Amino acid sequence: MKGNEAIAHAAIRCGCDGYFGYPITPQSEVLETLAAEKPWETTGMVVLQAESEVSSINMVYGGASTGKRVMTSSSSPGVSLMQEGISYMAGAELPALIVDVMRGGPGLGTIQPSQSDYFQACKGGGHGDYHLIVLAPASVQEMADFVDLAFTLAFRYRNPAMILADGAIGQMMEKVVLPPFKPRRTEEEIIKECPWATTGRVGGRKPNIITSLELRSEEMEIINNRIQAKYREIEDKEVRFEEYLLDDAEYAIVAFGSAARIAKKSIEIARSQGIKVGLLRPITLWPFPTREVRKLAGKVKGILSLEINAGQMVEDIRLAVEGKVPVRHFGRLGGIIPDPDEVVDALKRLF
Amino acid sequence: MTREEIIEKGQVVYKKPTLLNDTPMHYCPGCSHGVVHKLVSEVIEEMGMTDKTIAISPVGCAVFAYKYIDVDWQEAAHGRAPALASATKRLWPDRLVFTYQGDGDLACIGTAETIHALNRAENITIIFINNAIYGMTGGQMAPTTLLGMKTATCPYGREVSLHGYPLKVTEIAATLDGTCYVTRQAVHTVAAINRAKKAIRKAFEYSMQGKGSNLVEIVSTCNSGWKMSPEKANKWMEENMFAFYHLGDLKDTGADK
Repeated sequence: MKGNEAIAHAAIRCGCDGYFGYPITPQSEVLETLAAEKPWETTGMVVLQAESEVSSINMVYGGASTGKRVMTSSSSPGVSLMQEGISYMAGAELPALIVDVMRGGPGLGTIQPSQSDYFQACKGGGHGDYHLIVLAPASVQEMADFVDLAFTLAFRYRNPAMILADGAIGQMMEKVVLPPFKPRRTEEEIIKECPWATTGRVGGRKPNIITSLELRSEEMEIINNRIQAKYREIEDKEVRFEEYLLDDAEYAIVAFGSAARIAKKSIEIARSQGIKVGLLRPITLWPFPTREVRKLAGKVKGILSLEINAGQMVEDIRLAVEGKVPVRHFGRLGGIIPDPDEVVDALKRLF
Repeated sequence: MTREEIIEKGQVVYKKPTLLNDTPMHYCPGCSHGVVHKLVSEVIEEMGMTDKTIAISPVGCAVFAYKYIDVDWQEAAHGRAPALASATKRLWPDRLVFTYQGDGDLACIGTAETIHALNRAENITIIFINNAIYGMTGGQMAPTTLLGMKTATCPYGREVSLHGYPLKVTEIAATLDGTCYVTRQAVHTVAAINRAKKAIRKAFEYSMQGKGSNLVEIVSTCNSGWKMSPEKANKWMEENMFAFYHLGDLKDTGADK
């Protein structure tokens, strides 16, 4: 099935309580699949097409405020519209899942795949000092697997999580093993698991308030510091990555999502020509595998950041490498996916 | 000595609803918000819904509504309260879900969220405070500002050629198939307060009976923003606001559904 369809099926199977979305290419299959599957008749999952991405993210904000597992999906221009709600959710410390199946920009751009929203996803995106937990799938299987993982991380840290895919991963068809069915939590379980949630004052408890507002600067700084401490803990514990043929590598490619798939083919071609190159694939883009990239810098002669954009993740690689070895970027723009051969040419040209 | 001990049994003729806590309100003296907060609190209490209410506060003067009424609250982004309420009600259908919004929040930046939530027949109630001005930010022009009315951003008076016409969201809401009960009330006299309370009760009940969406507009004063004494503001409201925003029920299909 398609990557987008895998997201929908995985959501139904992982006990998701609600999906709120708005159609946009190249991810409309998520909402279409959910509408066709009618999970409200089976698991009781709510599926609602909103009037805009602004509304769908605020539906997610409302749903997440009640402790339910809620999500939305969109693509780049739609995710730009969602930034307000995402910032509010980060501020109110709410767990939720946002899927971004990236297309090329800026503006209306193109409907073809791109990775040009790395900055938006990993560096806050909306206003205020905040981070999302960002997972980058490189296969349809990972599209399915990361839905439950994203929810788990989001609830563990009370922070919104994002699956940052691109049009290629969303549209490509691959075999996929769907996760086993997990029932939705009962209302009693939610109330127990999320004592902070606005579920009504069950049992006469004190009122719960979900807000990102605090006008007293001293109090707001305490809140900010607490959130930042949470981010440091996430950086410490939740970095995920894949290494490929790095043991004997003289050069390394760092790439995520569909670019990482191209990188593997390029590595095969390069190695057949005697160039020893390997791959480090960040699976979490935030937290970024800074330590792993730094270690790599002590082993290889140079690092190529392969991205389907004009060079965004390369900045995080350079921060990690701290000038120890040359770090170069190669990418294509406009919705064009790089060819494995031109990546090998870039390796030869840039180092 | 507690308050209860001081007050002799049988002597209480009027008291503040328990849900309205003792936090001093930040509203200006003469503002309508306090009265509406009291009515909302009374109705929730009388319906026995204290432990089943989820309220959504706006951005604007009522942003801190959550500090005064002791139910669960979500504080929404500017204009987005109906989106939060839609999801919350669908995920928790047996809860009493309502939004509390001003004219800038509801009739301007949140027009889309308001119209679509109402027309999806979400089983929620929207309490709409219309004082024809942005109070919290210091008295700027609102979509509901009357023609000729002076504000910080139309200091020479609202003019059609410059600013267009005031928006009657409640009239629009009454045309939507998704709405069940649409009414316009005020809280400037005891009789009006009693009518407004009945309207809020009816709206909340319809939303719990699954009859669709409900909009209760309260035409209100903003004596600070209008730069008038509370008394004069009430008079000005009766003469000017009511002439444009007519009070009464615009739609009630609750009995038919």
